[in-house]
Amino acid sequence: MPVRLRKAALPYLLLLPGLGWLLLFFAIPLVYMALESLKSGSPFGGGFHLTWEFSNYTEALKDYDEQFIRSFEYAGLATLIALLIGYPLAYVIAFRGGRWRNALLLMVIVPFFVTYLIRTLSWETILSDSGIVVSTLQTLGIVSEDGRLLDTTVSVVAGITYNFLPFMILPLYASLERIDHRLLEAGYDLYGRRRDVFLRVTLPLSMPGVVAGVLLTFIPAAGDFINAQLLGTPKQFMIGNVIQSRFLVLNDYPTAAALSFLLMAFMLIIVIIWARIAGTEALLGTEGEAR
Amino acid sequence: MTAIRRRAPDWILNAYAGLALIYLLLPIAVIIVFSFNDPVGRFNFIWNEFSFDAWKHPFAVQGVQDALKTSIEIALLSTLIATALGTLTALALVRYEFKGRAPVNFFIFIPLATPEVVLGAALLSQFLNWGTPALGFATILIAHVMFNLSFVVITVRSRLIGFDRALEEAAQDLGATPWETFRLVTLPLIMPGVLSAALLAFALSIDDFVITNFNSGSTITFPLFIWGAARVAVPPQIYVIATMIFLVTVAAMILTVWQQRRAEKMAAVRPEEPDVALEPAPA
Repeated sequence: MPVRLRKAALPYLLLLPGLGWLLLFFAIPLVYMALESLKSGSPFGGGFHLTWEFSNYTEALKDYDEQFIRSFEYAGLATLIALLIGYPLAYVIAFRGGRWRNALLLMVIVPFFVTYLIRTLSWETILSDSGIVVSTLQTLGIVSEDGRLLDTTVSVVAGITYNFLPFMILPLYASLERIDHRLLEAGYDLYGRRRDVFLRVTLPLSMPGVVAGVLLTFIPAAGDFINAQLLGTPKQFMIGNVIQSRFLVLNDYPTAAALSFLLMAFMLIIVIIWARIAGTEALLGTEGEAR
Repeated sequence: MTAIRRRAPDWILNAYAGLALIYLLLPIAVIIVFSFNDPVGRFNFIWNEFSFDAWKHPFAVQGVQDALKTSIEIALLSTLIATALGTLTALALVRYEFKGRAPVNFFIFIPLATPEVVLGAALLSQFLNWGTPALGFATILIAHVMFNLSFVVITVRSRLIGFDRALEEAAQDLGATPWETFRLVTLPLIMPGVLSAALLAFALSIDDFVITNFNSGSTITFPLFIWGAARVAVPPQIYVIATMIFLVTVAAMILTVWQQRRAEKMAAVRPEEPDVALEPAPA
């Protein structure tokens, strides 16, 4: 092969194994799931056959609209709370961490070092009816004497917020840490008050982190079913719970597949709207590549 | 403005950040403390009394040892494969200008924007349609490499973007072949990025429940074991093993950070930036 041709082929050769894997085990499965979602039949005897049953989608949406809405409500709420908890923490680590910065960052990702299911079980311990949180809140009169936190919306949203909080903090930290301190000094030199400098310099410059953090938190949160399962009751079940049980417990593949696509479609719409507002460079992290 | 009034918001912000850290660490502390509990009944949710029993026999719960072994094997293998393939992909994406780079970038991003339930369900649809003889170790491994790839690409890519191409040109000017340049210059320089990608992949793999649950057949990994246990009984041994995994991961993490620091010091070709004041005080 002539040298020039070999050079032109090199990037494609490098891409081949990784992209091939994703094509074979991510893209093509989506096609199979699309076909699955259009089948009809019954899991008992006969199985499912492709009949282009588009009504699977309308039926699924009609039957589970409640869980869809709840998923996005819970995920939105958890994302907002994570932002309110995460931004100040990321700010303090980035600007005031000093030589403790790495140690503090390590503390932020420490939850990841404990198995997801176990840290959720740990919340079951913390929020349990005879636990310290409930009894303290009862003493303060915030929770009634026979009130409980476990198996409520509060416990599910708290669990979701907790489990995805590091996904919010890390991108926030990355964008805050990158801010050129001379810009802040310039703001103060121009007699900007602390609040002005924050609102006009720091916050706009950290927006890529907010954009990424919100997405990284919202996406897994909306698809989650573990928190609702372990910390809630069927009253708190989200769309993930439905997909999981339709697929694995009831073997109702067409409905589960249709629900999965609907979830993915809603998610994609949200991501696209978000990208429109925020710009794709921040989203894909592609700024600064070879041009 | 007096000095005291100026410091007040600082103090409040620091305390708020401290509370946030406590929120992050509290469940971990609970897990470690409750690994020393001798619970009444089958669930380890209420403190009874201090005991070393669970630590003396961490694998006394039937099935947990096999589950853990399967998890570690899958994590090691999937990390190896995903890191190798992902690094190559990242190299192609950052180093070369070629037709279709933008769509490839987007394609790599989509799995990250897809809920895990959907990833798991789609893969299972495919396996069902293919009539894959048996779901198990192999299908779990396939799934784990799949969801780890995008994470590896993005981690290595971020490292490659700040990379000084002049170093490679210098090596080639000095007569190194492309392979020698890659092995002796490029690889050592991107190694910290590759290592952190591998660490991330390992952590994600050993922790994955949702996707594994769809594609595991009758094979049981550690998270699947806990899921099964959570309905019938949560023995303190589960907390003991969680604590062990936690300690090993923290050790690996600290080791990697230390190793990275060393590598960065050795590779420091630019003069280090002076450690400027972190937050300029308002004038």
